[in-house]
Amino acid sequence: MWLYLVKRILLSVVIILMAILVLFLMLHMIPGDPASIALGPRATPEVQAAYAAKMHLDKPLPFQFLIFIGNVLQGDLGADVFSGRSVAQTLSEQLPFTIILAITALAWSALIGIPLGCLSAIKPNTWIDRVTGILSVGTIAVPSFLVSIWAILVFAISLRWLPVIGAGDEGDILDQIQHLVLPAFAVGLGWVGYLARMVRASMLEVIGENYIRSVRAFGLRHRTIVFRYALKVAVLPTITLIGIGFGGLLSGTVFAEIIFARPGIGKIIYDMVLARNFPVVQGAVLATIALYVLVTLMADLVVSWLDPRVRDSL
Amino acid sequence: MTPSDPSPIRLDPAAVAEPAYSEGREKLLLFMQNRLGMFGLVLVVLFFLSAIFAPIFATHDPFQMDIPNRMSGPTAQHWAGTDQLGRDTYSRVLYGGRVALQVAAIGVSVSLAVGLLLGMVAGYGPRWLDNLLLLVFDTIRSFPTIVLALAAVALLGPSLNLVLAVVIVTTIPGYARLARTSTLALKHTEFIMAERSLGASPGRILLRHVLPNVIGPLLILAAMDVPVVVTIEAGLSFLGLGVLPPTASWGTILNEGYLIIRDTPWPVIAGGIPLVLTTIGFTFLGEALRDVFDPKLRKGH
Repeated sequence: MWLYLVKRILLSVVIILMAILVLFLMLHMIPGDPASIALGPRATPEVQAAYAAKMHLDKPLPFQFLIFIGNVLQGDLGADVFSGRSVAQTLSEQLPFTIILAITALAWSALIGIPLGCLSAIKPNTWIDRVTGILSVGTIAVPSFLVSIWAILVFAISLRWLPVIGAGDEGDILDQIQHLVLPAFAVGLGWVGYLARMVRASMLEVIGENYIRSVRAFGLRHRTIVFRYALKVAVLPTITLIGIGFGGLLSGTVFAEIIFARPGIGKIIYDMVLARNFPVVQGAVLATIALYVLVTLMADLVVSWLDPRVRDSL
Repeated sequence: MTPSDPSPIRLDPAAVAEPAYSEGREKLLLFMQNRLGMFGLVLVVLFFLSAIFAPIFATHDPFQMDIPNRMSGPTAQHWAGTDQLGRDTYSRVLYGGRVALQVAAIGVSVSLAVGLLLGMVAGYGPRWLDNLLLLVFDTIRSFPTIVLALAAVALLGPSLNLVLAVVIVTTIPGYARLARTSTLALKHTEFIMAERSLGASPGRILLRHVLPNVIGPLLILAAMDVPVVVTIEAGLSFLGLGVLPPTASWGTILNEGYLIIRDTPWPVIAGGIPLVLTTIGFTFLGEALRDVFDPKLRKGH
């Protein structure tokens, strides 16, 4: 267990270091002056000079990289060259919005998707299984940004049920929840189908195993077997998949934040891309990747804790 | 005994060859019986035809403006309504399919080829190279696609080529990992060993003997990857970071439609439907192919 833990954490650290390297090299692989590429045509020579000094652009590349990595490890993600604000500060303000959206989306889709998957595994090839199957593919087939647009069309413009813009007034919980409904719906919808299919597949596999047959021999009800005994094991691959799929979830939140004009990491990245403010983009992308690597790491650790067989596989 | 003498043990060449043929035919039949798979195939064929023959099916020039009829709903003249400049949405959707087809065809085939090559090298080559490549694949996969694309656009500015580059880079690891696993399994089989002892070069072994054995599952993955790729293109173009207006792409139609969503819902409806149909088509087709030809793949995805 300890060996697995160490190996898995080491892998995450290496991946984050590689990601930092990629983000660092991106700027230097493009022909031209890094300062003017990073800051765009809007930057004055003074701003460019300040950036060049901060990043030590006159020094050799490996030296620059070491400085960069040193800063990142100390939590210094650089500063917004136009406003002078610290990127880490900006991100720590935006990150909670993104995390709340991602968790709400995941939670509602798990609440619906996992039971749906179980139900269709209990009764394979019945009408409920078929309907679930079609629903799954249907929800997976609509990209999340399209769900966002269509949800706005239906719920905000035609029916006028819900607000569309922003994250709600600060301090007004009800208003904030109202503003969370549509984005969370849009980000999570595809996951309902995704989770239902995964749980169904792994459930069918588990039901075929010997220990379930033994439980059945004791005369327990089918439903009890599925929810009390099989689900525990069948949900394991789903946890791994949630970890892996979290990247897709983050992409979904980026779109939702932009379309619903909701604050968050994705919105910041998008706004800063349009403003050609690469230092902020760089920091925000790094934060997103770190978040993703952390989530996959946690998912793997949870699974290895629940299922000892996994530990030998790395 | 004359050659024509019917002998019970004589092997009829046709009978010997038959198992191979009938296995293929059986799989084809199995596939044809898969109703969802056939439905997917129809949608996929429709996607190809509508994109390739867009100029024939289109009722209008995709750039032709009809200002008096701007932002109209579906009419006899404009089947899917018009946008803010009075351009025919139906025709623009058809032409947008060409961008999607282009990105899908180039993106998927390049990343399949590169992924196949890297995967085989990782699986067949020395251990350190395998570990290094795996690390690179895992790093690429740790970038959420859209976030990586945004970072690239921040430096290079939006363009179709950049969309293609992002699509290719982010989908390579999927193919490479699949090819690597199959290559690893093949590496110590007897026929590869035999080939090696005959002095065949690694290049020859990989291209002549390993490649034909590992490419099947990759082709199925490619079919399933098409919707992913098309969605990335549409998503980036929707954000104004991919294909740029006035070029018609499903993403730019949605982008321009979103700006006038309070005036007319038709552009965002018409721009989204082909995206959904393409996804459904390729997903059903890919799954049917997988179930028929490679049921083992099922667990991984």
